Amino acid sequence: MGTRYFGERVKRNEDPRLLTGRGTFVDDIRLPGMLHGAVLRSPHAHARLLSLDTSKAKTARGVVAVYTRTDLPEHLQQPLPKLIPHYALIHHKTQYALAPEKVRYVGEPVAFVVAESRYLAEDAAELVEVEYEPLPPVVDLTQAAQPNAPLVHEDMGTNVCAHHTQRVGNVEDAFARAAHVFTERFVMDRGTAAPMECRGIVAQWEPKMRQLTVWDSTQAPIPIRNGLARLLGLPQGGVRVIAPDVGGGFGPKIMMFYPEEILVPCAAMQLGRPVKWIEDRRENFVAMNQEREQIHVAAIAVDSDGRILGVRTNFLYDSGAYIPYGIIVPIVASTTLPGPYKIPNYHCEFKAVFTNKTIVSPYRGAGRPHGVFVMERLMDRVAKELRIDRTEVRRRNLIQPHEFPYEVGLIYQDNAPVIYDSGDYPATLAKALQMIGYDMWPERRARYRREGRYVGLGIACYVEGSGIGPYEGARVTVEPSGKVYAATSVGTQGQGHFTSFAQIVADALTVPVEDVVVVTGDTGAFGWGTGTFASRAAVVAGNAVHLAAQAVREKTLKVAATKLEARVEDLELQDGKVFVRGVPGRTMTLAEIAVAANPLRGTIPEGWEQPGLEASRYFAPPRGTFPNGVHACVLEVDVQTGMIKILKYVVVHDCGRVINPLILDGQIHGGVAQGLGGAFYERLVYDEHGQLLTQTFMDYLLPTAMEVPEIEIGHLETPSPLNPLGVKGAGEAGVIPVAALIAQAIDDALMEFGVRIAEMPLSPNRLLEIIQAARKQPAAAS
Amino acid sequence: MKRGRAEGRTIKPRRNSERVASPAERAQITLTINGTRHTADVEVRKTLADFIREEAGLTGTHLGCEHGVCGACTIHLDGQAVRSCLMFAVQAQGAEITTVESLGTPERLHPLQEAFRDHHGLQCGFCTPGILMSTLAFLRESPHPSDEQIREVLSGNLCRCTGYQGIVAAVRDAARRMRGTA
Ligand code: FES
Ligand code: FES
Repeated sequence: MGTRYFGERVKRNEDPRLLTGRGTFVDDIRLPGMLHGAVLRSPHAHARLLSLDTSKAKTARGVVAVYTRTDLPEHLQQPLPKLIPHYALIHHKTQYALAPEKVRYVGEPVAFVVAESRYLAEDAAELVEVEYEPLPPVVDLTQAAQPNAPLVHEDMGTNVCAHHTQRVGNVEDAFARAAHVFTERFVMDRGTAAPMECRGIVAQWEPKMRQLTVWDSTQAPIPIRNGLARLLGLPQGGVRVIAPDVGGGFGPKIMMFYPEEILVPCAAMQLGRPVKWIEDRRENFVAMNQEREQIHVAAIAVDSDGRILGVRTNFLYDSGAYIPYGIIVPIVASTTLPGPYKIPNYHCEFKAVFTNKTIVSPYRGAGRPHGVFVMERLMDRVAKELRIDRTEVRRRNLIQPHEFPYEVGLIYQDNAPVIYDSGDYPATLAKALQMIGYDMWPERRARYRREGRYVGLGIACYVEGSGIGPYEGARVTVEPSGKVYAATSVGTQGQGHFTSFAQIVADALTVPVEDVVVVTGDTGAFGWGTGTFASRAAVVAGNAVHLAAQAVREKTLKVAATKLEARVEDLELQDGKVFVRGVPGRTMTLAEIAVAANPLRGTIPEGWEQPGLEASRYFAPPRGTFPNGVHACVLEVDVQTGMIKILKYVVVHDCGRVINPLILDGQIHGGVAQGLGGAFYERLVYDEHGQLLTQTFMDYLLPTAMEVPEIEIGHLETPSPLNPLGVKGAGEAGVIPVAALIAQAIDDALMEFGVRIAEMPLSPNRLLEIIQAARKQPAAAS
Repeated sequence: MKRGRAEGRTIKPRRNSERVASPAERAQITLTINGTRHTADVEVRKTLADFIREEAGLTGTHLGCEHGVCGACTIHLDGQAVRSCLMFAVQAQGAEITTVESLGTPERLHPLQEAFRDHHGLQCGFCTPGILMSTLAFLRESPHPSDEQIREVLSGNLCRCTGYQGIVAAVRDAARRMRGTA
């Protein structure tokens, strides 16, 4: 029996549907009598709302209702729930369904119009008359943290909402006795996840059944269901949230709540007709959460051999206008920073700061790219200043294979200690160096220079926290038809769960993988869970599926043993049938066993746990598991245009046991593409008034097939001891070290100019500026 | 944004659609989608993409930007790959349109679709219909494409999930398969 599908490049079960245009995304839901919503948003980053007149809009053609804040039930006029509290988060300000007396970012919802079509709803939104009194906006992160800055929330008396420190060892002492200390400032700017599908919500209220159904492009349907039930005064069973096919998530499609997630169900209930709201791309740029703005001042203390004595970072984290998601991102940045290195003394301290910009919540990487950028840049600095090879300096500081489990001494985002469970960091680095051809690099570099080409090599290491709790669940059922169903608690946004989870079940029950129907993201199918985030679905939900499938397998044998009058030990499950070993002809199919397990008369033996071939199981890991990896690349800089071209890109990755290498490779390819965007192409540009200047794909440049190179992947497999499948998460691995890597490779390519990259993202223009500035530095430019 | 979307964009006016109309004005149009004739009375400002999705109920054609950059809405209009978000339905009067639904079925995929499945050329699948329609038109004209040409044609479609590698491999392989079947 063993593993037939686990570890195989199994083609995806969901593909035929998606390839033929038969997927069901939220915008594909069409219901009789459906109305359409449009949101009127604030054009100001910071303004007092003096008056709102909806009378014209209400009488416009096709308009059914116009909502402002005071039209909502009293408790929905209040700030929305606090998602993830933390003791260091003193001012936990959360967003509103519709803006109160003051608007705090461009794009904040002010009114909601419902009409017979989206066109008419947008027509009417323009007729809503709003009088604003503009206030001075706080846009710049550093300025926002100053004591005299204008206040985003007046009652706080400051824009700093959290101040948090973690320490390991004694940093002051380490820095005092170090042979060298290097300090640097690193600036990271904003980007957006830009899933190809914007957000969308459809809600339907059936008064006779007292049943609310919500289709929501969310990554966390179950928490949304629970929250909606509470806010709308319905039992959880009276609300069903379905995340159907979701066109990419990458983090920001998880929030509780986006205003529209309240407005659409409310309107549907009040109007007694289904309501749909689909975000358009321009809205998405301002209304979906963003990420990545941080400013670090970091220092590293090393001995004369480049061994790390201590690291310190002090940083500002821009949370935007509200902080519903708490301080997850800066905690992840702080705790990812140490990476694969032994850092005996570490001090990380951050302030989370409000600004008049779109709300920030995790976007793929969620602070990990920041931590890695700071640490890897510091390592490069040490190598350069001490004239030690950059890979040697890393090697000297790597945690060794015998040192696992390795306790970093920090507390992670799940409030559990950061303990690296397993890995072989020197082997990962060695493999990447071999794949990129590091040995030959000095000669190759010299040859490129002789040809007048500026080509550089980069190499960056990371450790990624993944697979955190609290838990996920799954239910596996063999129906009397013999069909196998697996319902899971997580939603899926392209990660291939319909296939990877089916592989796990197919192995346990010895059925073809195509015959396992996986249901994800429907609270009507499974009601306990938290969501798809932090590279955790395959780990946490995957193991729950495994446990449930194994339980069904055991039950299958137990029931068959009764019916076949044999001992369980003498039975074998193969090709979906149970055989009595050595007795040909004594067999039962899964379908027959499923029927036998759910009799209409008679008795159920005590050991059966429940009727039917069905089991629900939960998996609750004690703490996260930590995959690791190394990326390496060779890139060429065009010093005339500031453009870069990647000539070779290598990823070596260890995420424990791999369920489906096809899917894993895809996750890495896609992650690297997003990482490249965040390193070199994508930047959200705000002007000093807090207006977002990049609101189309013509201004905000996603990497295309021309920019993203072929990526070579090397796999290492150090199983995680923390879960039965031995898997670790892989969703964010592709994205994490890319900015650090590109920065180092550019430094290497432009060594002659003394270029030092200390910011992300770059852009061709920005790189050109840096090159020109650096060229002016030495005596004469060549 | 549905209203006034088309202004400032380059739209090749088709046939009789050049006159200026008030947005709420309606017109009767007849066009063919995947071999089926559709006659409807539509607002002249309705985009072709919305017409295909809402009037014809063919939701395989997706909208990722509604400003002509992402390519998710790509369809064939009289055999040419075009972005249906950039056209008004009335501009397609009399046209023959094909959408992703006209390729294979889940049970019997088109060779191009088959190749996408084999090479993991899709993850969330949102960009996929547009990419299939773009590359299908391309492969009909260039049955022996180089990787460079494949990447160039793909640069008109955005995919946020795959990093394009599986897509490039799929198109390369599909070219081979389609030559075989042609
Ligand atoms: S939706 Fe038409 S190009 Fe993006
Ligand atoms: S597969 Fe998700 S956008 Fe391309």
